[in-house]
Amino acid sequence: MGKVFSIPEKPGIYGRRIMYEMEALGFNSIGLTAIISIFIGAVITLQMAINLESPFIPKYLIGYATRETMILEFSSTVVALILAGKVGSNIASEIGTMRITEQIDALEIMGVNSASYLILPKIVATVLFFPLLTLLSILIGTIGGYIIAAATDIMIPAQYIEGLFYCFRTYSIVYSLIKMAVFAFIITSVSAFCGYYAKGNSLEVGKSSTRAVVASSIAIMLFNLILTQLLLT
Amino acid sequence: MIKGEHISKSFEGRTVLNDISVEFETGKTNLIIGRSGSGKTVLLKTLVGLHSPDTGRILYDDVCYTELGFNERKAIRKDIGMIFQGGALLDSSTVVENVKLPLDLFTEQSEEEKLERVNFCLRRVQLENADHLYPSELSGGMIKRVAIARAIVLNPRYLFCDEPNSGLDPQTSVVIDNLIQDITCEYNITTIINTHDMNSVMEIGEKIVYIHEGKKWWEGSKDDILLSENKELNDFVFASAMAKRAKQLIVK
Repeated sequence: MGKVFSIPEKPGIYGRRIMYEMEALGFNSIGLTAIISIFIGAVITLQMAINLESPFIPKYLIGYATRETMILEFSSTVVALILAGKVGSNIASEIGTMRITEQIDALEIMGVNSASYLILPKIVATVLFFPLLTLLSILIGTIGGYIIAAATDIMIPAQYIEGLFYCFRTYSIVYSLIKMAVFAFIITSVSAFCGYYAKGNSLEVGKSSTRAVVASSIAIMLFNLILTQLLLT
Repeated sequence: MIKGEHISKSFEGRTVLNDISVEFETGKTNLIIGRSGSGKTVLLKTLVGLHSPDTGRILYDDVCYTELGFNERKAIRKDIGMIFQGGALLDSSTVVENVKLPLDLFTEQSEEEKLERVNFCLRRVQLENADHLYPSELSGGMIKRVAIARAIVLNPRYLFCDEPNSGLDPQTSVVIDNLIQDITCEYNITTIINTHDMNSVMEIGEKIVYIHEGKKWWEGSKDDILLSENKELNDFVFASAMAKRAKQLIVK
């Protein structure tokens, strides 16, 4: 880890690599995040409507519950788990392949700090970009809920909108963004570690990729608990 | 000049290099030969600093590399070029980006100057009009040429080549061999080539070190090989029936 965070000799090159990684790891994940978020937002709205079917419960609470679920758990934790699968396996297999095809050795021979050159831009890019994916997920998820509310007769869309703004706390968004930034760091560093120390052949790269997804998923769940305890209680 | 003194290296209790002392001369193509698993790649990687020797020391022009700190080693590494068996080009970068990388990282040249140097190196390895291609779009011979161009772009004083001919047809192998030899003479580099290609040995072997079971078994030039009576060396070099007949004719 010390090698990864050593001061870059040429910050300009790292800047370019960060932009490249933002596109490769962040921008290219927008589609997946959007698709999953819109469906989950719609499903949460439907399930809330089914389970809160009571004359004593106001309908706008469906919108409220959808918003809270998206902000507090789905758009940070569940999206992070999905990204651990997509981005984590990508990072581990990319760096693992570079290890077994001697590309990392080639960088070392050139006098390049390979850990910093390969991993630091990925960490910076994901820590900066993944929280934006969280915001996007919250937005699209609530839109998904609105669409299902408007398309079915479970509630009046105006009630859904009212619920979205009911008891809104900005801190919930901050909490979600902090969680995602931490999860981004976990996904990237754990996956890069698994790839960087891959040995052998393509089979081992596959195994390191699986290890990366499993380890980062478990770490995400653990830190979800810790961060919730620290930030919300 | 690169010198290894009493180098030993073990992995998980298995001795791979056993007390090897060897000297590689400047301006010559020095070859390390030996069977697969004899320890020649480990020797090359130990000499280049990718492995640390368990015992012994390595000297680069009388500077003891094994006793240097991280930053001092880094300074020497900028004088080292290495051609890996598979090329080891960065998959996500084009030919130009691969060759330009050392210039980006270690020089303060302008973009124009860098491109000029890159183009010069690509012309030197007879590889033009491939600038925009990615490694996956190149043939084996082209990959090796790009690797050579990348290795020489910073004007190295030491050039290491790990089986530069593996996977290449005999004609392309000769081209690559001659290219390495020309560059060695032209820039007065200390070149060490790890190979088990006998055509290379006979083509460019100015100094040859034969490694057998982790030990230095024999050393000499390509002419010495023909007259050597070292059994293990002869078994390795003249393994085929045709090569054996050729050797007998020469001895006669």
